[in-house]
Amino acid sequence: MDTTIKKSATPDSMFTSKLQGLLRWESFLVLIVFLVCVMNSYLSPYFLDPWNLSDATFNFTEKALIALPMAMLIIAKEIDISVAAIISLSSTLMGLVAQMGAPVYVVAFVGVLAGAACGLFNGVLVTRFKIPSIVVTIGTMSLFRGISYILLGDQVVRDYPDGFEFFGQGYVYWVFSFELVLFAFFALVFYWLLHRTTFGRYTYAIGNNPTASYYSGIKVDKHRLILFTLVGVMSGVASVLLTSRLGSTRPSIAMGWELSIITMVVLGGVSILGGSGTIAGVVLAVILMGLVTFGMGLLNIPGIVMTIIVGVMLITVVSLPVLITLYKNKKAKAL
Amino acid sequence: MLKRLIYSREGVLSIIVLAMFFGVGVISPDFISLSNSVSIFNDTSILIMLALGQMLVILTRCIDLSVAANVAFTGMFVAMVNQYFPELHMSLLIFLSLFIGALLGAINGLFVWLLKVPSIVITLGTMSIYRGATFLLSDGAWVNSHQMSESFIGLPRYEILSMPVLGWMAIAAIILFFWAMKFSVWGRNFYSAGGNPMAAFYSGVNVGKVQFYAFLVSGTLSGLCGYLWVSRFAVAYVDVANGFELQVIAACVIGGVSIVGGLGTVVGCVIGALFIGVVNNALPIIGVSPFWQMAISGLVIIIAVIANATSDKDKARIILRNPNANDEIRAN
Repeated sequence: MDTTIKKSATPDSMFTSKLQGLLRWESFLVLIVFLVCVMNSYLSPYFLDPWNLSDATFNFTEKALIALPMAMLIIAKEIDISVAAIISLSSTLMGLVAQMGAPVYVVAFVGVLAGAACGLFNGVLVTRFKIPSIVVTIGTMSLFRGISYILLGDQVVRDYPDGFEFFGQGYVYWVFSFELVLFAFFALVFYWLLHRTTFGRYTYAIGNNPTASYYSGIKVDKHRLILFTLVGVMSGVASVLLTSRLGSTRPSIAMGWELSIITMVVLGGVSILGGSGTIAGVVLAVILMGLVTFGMGLLNIPGIVMTIIVGVMLITVVSLPVLITLYKNKKAKAL
Repeated sequence: MLKRLIYSREGVLSIIVLAMFFGVGVISPDFISLSNSVSIFNDTSILIMLALGQMLVILTRCIDLSVAANVAFTGMFVAMVNQYFPELHMSLLIFLSLFIGALLGAINGLFVWLLKVPSIVITLGTMSIYRGATFLLSDGAWVNSHQMSESFIGLPRYEILSMPVLGWMAIAAIILFFWAMKFSVWGRNFYSAGGNPMAAFYSGVNVGKVQFYAFLVSGTLSGLCGYLWVSRFAVAYVDVANGFELQVIAACVIGGVSIVGGLGTVVGCVIGALFIGVVNNALPIIGVSPFWQMAISGLVIIIAVIANATSDKDKARIILRNPNANDEIRAN
């Protein structure tokens, strides 16, 4: 985060300071994760039970799957706050298809496809009409969830085919659930995509300077379109998992998730202004949020109090680096 | 003059709103009766006031997502004060609602002003904090109409010239904003701070402070609307006005307030809010299920921003806020 503030440094030292800053942020996260683990196991004897820990992962895997492409989108200076609405629409469509008696794989495919279509729709609006992504996704947020309400009203769909529950409730091996394994797989995929391919480098370039990227031959709009579609696809995947885990669909599903997803991304050290951040940071932030929520759950703290803590965490994380820089500047001036 | 009026955004919008209004009137003549028109305006009053506050924030290149949570918290607070001290005078309660709203708005504003943190992150955070605080305050309990004093419920319903006080408050807010945004330096500063922060800085406008004022005003109005909402529906609970911030932003966007800052008028903003008000009131009359409401407002936002984007293409590429402008200001 603090990398965006240091502008006066020369390019070379800027790069190393950026690298060090990110390393520091991630090691800081590791430290906090460790502390939370120690605290939780001290507070509750049930914390370190493998099955309990495995249960805890269900709290965040679906959100975390969306946080991965969201991190890339925010690095590219865009944002998508319609993700929770995409989950709702995709879940609704799956429900309708399932009611018609479609087999498991068709239902899941429809979910992912619906997500992709929503993401593509966002992307087309942003790139074709040059509208800021925040306005587009505020609009599509109402639109997507609104369509769910039109299709379902106040109904609930529960008739999913046999075997559909595997996605959200099944275990691959011992305590490792299908959701967790899928998250680990996608974390690696997105790590590779962001840090090991030109596509990833272009994402940083666009986030740092869209105009310069455009003039150096990057197809900026096409890139953005792909990123929005990726977010849509992963929202579709998350919707399959969530719907399967709950075994039911209603239009108000996943209400307010966009807040926790964006918090995960920002907590992971991704600058909300674009241009910096890593997948490792996001994964650590996801684990941290999962552990904190789980620990509070063990202590019987109600869900709405947890949203307060998530909000405080979000604000602290964005303000802290600024406060530190301000403090440093003051000290430098005093000398 | 007339031509300019018709071709302006406000002109086009008012024609659409009037067309919708009279269109529904053809199906159901009662809809366009004077008393129903007054009641539509009265229904939309809270949205109008919140949209005016939000307009200031959006003009300065920020966004305030915490308005609905502010409404819920302040509403719950004054309702509980009224419940436990029913003899307290109403003017004191209104002052209290303004004060608490302003306080919550100031928290947002201070973060944006002093720390230069993007407003979307701050207000996303305070949105859940204020909403959670409402739960902590009330312990999840409701304050129902029989626990509120008569004057608490009666004030916004009191009719002057056959319009309730609620509607008059909105009219007062519109007039005040119209004057301030056109003729006062304080109001013009919102345009300059959002239109070109660098230029505003060099002409002696403290951009951060202007943004702070925007959040302060938005918060104060949210506080007032918190009381009005709770007293109008005669109930206070944690989920009051849940998701209403989207309608408020929608009203601004439909009314032509540009999300990239510096563009937007009071008249446009009010017509944008009235557009939503007419749609919401018309749907049940033309026999459309209220479940359509959300999708329609989403669609309208998208169409409105596409219309905006095609009319002012060159200004539409900045998201959130320009980080460089702030860095340079800080460097100076």
